[in-house]
Amino acid sequence: MADVNRGNRPLSPHLTIYRLPLTAKLSILHRITGVGMVLAAILIVWWFVAAVYSPEYFATADWLLTSWIGTLVMTGSLWALWYHFCNGIRHLVWDAGRSFDLDKTERNNWIILGSSVALTVLTLIIA
Amino acid sequence: MGYKTDFARVQGLGTAGDGAHHWWLHRISAVAMIPLTLLFIFPFARTLGNGYEAMIATYSNFGHALVAVLFFLVGFWHLAMGLQVVIEDYVPHKPTRVALLLGNTLFNGALAVAGILAVATILFRA
Repeated sequence: MADVNRGNRPLSPHLTIYRLPLTAKLSILHRITGVGMVLAAILIVWWFVAAVYSPEYFATADWLLTSWIGTLVMTGSLWALWYHFCNGIRHLVWDAGRSFDLDKTERNNWIILGSSVALTVLTLIIA
Repeated sequence: MGYKTDFARVQGLGTAGDGAHHWWLHRISAVAMIPLTLLFIFPFARTLGNGYEAMIATYSNFGHALVAVLFFLVGFWHLAMGLQVVIEDYVPHKPTRVALLLGNTLFNGALAVAGILAVATILFRA
């Protein structure tokens, strides 16, 4: 094994050519939503810190987070949070060694997508 | 490549040796985030955009303040661990990786403390 050719060997079709199944797309979406929530996390902490400084400074933060751009970021992050929440529960179930069957996995894909949208709408209605 | 054996190629590169521990802490924080998210997000969503008085009224309540503090504490801990894995997976250039890992830890730590301190100040001031 020490000196095998590690260079010009044929490769299996890679990410650029392989059509990812929905389960794989949802897998990378878990990371994307996780990283994507950083911006909202910063904005929310800023919103709390602004309330310590003065009512005027808080009004600025409260206005920005509910302006059209703020609403876009916060609503997008809200869905990202609920998606990460639902898919995170699925990951914990997987960690427990359950629900690996293809039919269950594909059913759960749609349960997770549906629940994340439903929870987002529910939160927006309550707010 | 040369004439090195597989063992010689990887010897000394090492691992931090605490991957399983990191994985387990990530799962513990994930489980904690389930109730914390449900408890934090609805009062927060109701308060956002309703002005200063509404904000102070919500977070000078001990229950809401406690949930917010726990949400920041566990949330930023979970976020820092997640971002660490992403950095380790996608940034092979070692100096850049070390710089990002360092920044990640310090940045999330600072945000968590800022959030917790803000909530505590609002609670104690009321």
